[in-house]
Amino acid sequence: MTGNLPFVVCMVFVALGLWTLLAKRNLIKLVIGLTLIENGVNLFLVALGYVQGGAVPIYTYAPPGVRMVLPTPQALTLTSIVIGLATTALALAFVVVIWRHRGTLDARKVRELRG
Amino acid sequence: MSVVVRTIARILLPIVFAFGGYVIMHGHLTPGGGFQGGAVVASALALVLVAFGEASLKKYKDLLSALESLGGVAFVVLGLIGIPFTFFANVLAGVGGLFGQSVPPGPNPGYLNTAGTLPLMNWAVGLKVIAGLGSVVVLFGLFGGEDDR
Amino acid sequence: MNLAPHASILAIAVPLLGGFALPLWAKLHRRLGELWLFLVGAFTAAMVVLLAVQVFTGGIQVYTLGASSPGETLAPGGFPIRIMLVVDGMGAFTALISVLVALVSFLYAWRFLTEDHGKTLALTLGLLLWAGMLGMVLTGDLFNFFVFFEVTSIAACGLIGYRTWEARGVEAAFKTMVMYTVGGLLVLLAIAVLYGEHGALNLAYLSSRIQGSLPDRIALGLLLGGLLMKVGAVPAHMWAPDAYGEAPAQAVILLVANTQASLYGLLRILFTLFGGITDPVVGWLVTGLGTVTLVVAALMAVIQTDLGRLVAYGAVSQIGYMLLGVGVGFTVIRARPEYGLVAMQGGIFHMLNDAAAIGLLFLCVGAVERAAGARDLRGLGGLSHDLKWTAGFFLLGALALAGIPPLNGFASKFMIYESSFRLSPILTALATLASILLLAVFIRAFQGAFLGPRGKPSEPEPFGMVLAMGVLALAVLALGLAPDFFVRHLVAPAAEALWQGRDLYLAAVLGG
Repeated sequence: MTGNLPFVVCMVFVALGLWTLLAKRNLIKLVIGLTLIENGVNLFLVALGYVQGGAVPIYTYAPPGVRMVLPTPQALTLTSIVIGLATTALALAFVVVIWRHRGTLDARKVRELRG
Repeated sequence: MSVVVRTIARILLPIVFAFGGYVIMHGHLTPGGGFQGGAVVASALALVLVAFGEASLKKYKDLLSALESLGGVAFVVLGLIGIPFTFFANVLAGVGGLFGQSVPPGPNPGYLNTAGTLPLMNWAVGLKVIAGLGSVVVLFGLFGGEDDR
Repeated sequence: MNLAPHASILAIAVPLLGGFALPLWAKLHRRLGELWLFLVGAFTAAMVVLLAVQVFTGGIQVYTLGASSPGETLAPGGFPIRIMLVVDGMGAFTALISVLVALVSFLYAWRFLTEDHGKTLALTLGLLLWAGMLGMVLTGDLFNFFVFFEVTSIAACGLIGYRTWEARGVEAAFKTMVMYTVGGLLVLLAIAVLYGEHGALNLAYLSSRIQGSLPDRIALGLLLGGLLMKVGAVPAHMWAPDAYGEAPAQAVILLVANTQASLYGLLRILFTLFGGITDPVVGWLVTGLGTVTLVVAALMAVIQTDLGRLVAYGAVSQIGYMLLGVGVGFTVIRARPEYGLVAMQGGIFHMLNDAAAIGLLFLCVGAVERAAGARDLRGLGGLSHDLKWTAGFFLLGALALAGIPPLNGFASKFMIYESSFRLSPILTALATLASILLLAVFIRAFQGAFLGPRGKPSEPEPFGMVLAMGVLALAVLALGLAPDFFVRHLVAPAAEALWQGRDLYLAAVLGG
């Protein structure tokens, strides 16, 4: 069971993020919810690639005969962090513009688009 | 901001810039690379913004967006020079010249002058990230001001 | 230098390069920017057409990035480690749709947008969105698919919300951003699960290893959920009418093409990645969601008073038809291939027909907004006196979308009706009902906006916009008058590639 603990923690992150998206009405909190899900998924990727007692996956550093931690999930995580940064920045920029026009961050009051 | 913040910022800025440059430069040898180093440099730009006010960076807005485009163009062009073989093929590795030294086998401390197009790509990405994140920081700093059309 | 073997990567790299360089050229001179856009568009279109010809005559095209030759798919040890582009009939077909839509969009934007309304920004984002769509469609690597998925998400949200001087577009963009990001993260989670299970990201290799264990099924569920969110099927459709309704016209048709690229991803995952395990539940799920989508969206269209949102609900409804056709095909194709294949072909053919017809309608909405400055049907009227071309094109698009013969919507909808009737007559009844509703709605919209006494005089559409609408109108007519030709040469190979092409796909990457 303890072996799966990291994965459970990741899923808790994802679940918290989804709950934030569904339950909260402040636009900034919605963006925080998105980043929570994203961090959960990123942690999941890193946890997947861990090898017990593995070395840092740099070819020229690792002593011969030692198993390396998988490098691919780390590369994937980095890519996903970059993408997450772009989406977060864009979403926050939208929030700023909405605030400038409406003077509120409450999703219930902002929504002009209905039906 | 107060004189304390400004003085500290003056001391820290060269160090942060140098560290960001180091991380980009050694992207093919150690953890890090264009994005990470670029983020470090962009955080220095955020420091400038906090310490010296948004007016200090506002005049560079157009320069930053031009640099961002240049970084993107450089990255794709570096991919395209591999086209005699395939896109992204590392044609500069191991042929001598800039970053062209071949890597000796076995564990070693890592030689900077290796890896062909990869360091160049790191610089392209670094440029794009510095300029891109820098513009984001500047725009958020200017927020509340005039129409940003 | 011979560029033909590199067509697939150039089709992605050139619009990407074009998007990065466009602001630089435009800063030097406005005309240089337009010239550059023309060159990039023409070259990319040429590359995609060349690629499609190669695929339709020579079979699946594989391109390995960073290898010493494009065909070197496997590293020593027989394991694919490099990123690969794999293009089969379905990929080439979807890429051709995106080329048609993107070229029309740029042609339209040339006169529709003005410089102080962010023309360069919109065109840059359009090029990036196009590059992302082509990447999604041409890639053969699951993580690469996710990256391009997110590229399209970010570019699409930028296109919806770049008009920061108006509040409505930005609100729609935020809503869309939330849905797209959650969808993308579900896809990423699925990729992580598959990587943890099988240790690879290559689509063909994963497909050969998937046996239908519990993690595989979880991954399938997550992928379906994420892609259906991006496609805009009913429980997750809230963003679609807002985005389609509020974005500027030249961007909306790119969004429609992007939806179809996501639909392509859904098909690729159902038929290639999980092609080894059959589960009728999934087929029924897609069929059911498709039916619900087309009915709900058609009902919602009835109560709209804003012309843009009305057409937007029509567009959501068309997604339902595609899902219905493909879902019916997936459910029955193994048991009854003769009509399962017709359903698949109907669904796939409807992607092309929808891109032409709904694109035409959205462009007409843009022309109306430009001329009258408003889109509320209660305030519009009499526009056919000034916008003669737009009125004609709107009527043509509306009739085509409602499935009136001999226009293109009829051809594909008839294939869907015919085959879904064999599965369950209720599906056909609901689909026909939705079509009739849409016809009524569009006729009412046409009457409200274009007929009646002449209001205040408005400036006629510029030539560039008429030309862009004319291209789509020609496509509507051509697809409607000669459906057999297009089905035989474009749609049938695409459906065949999905249904029976999995072994070929695996063999092309992993070797016989």
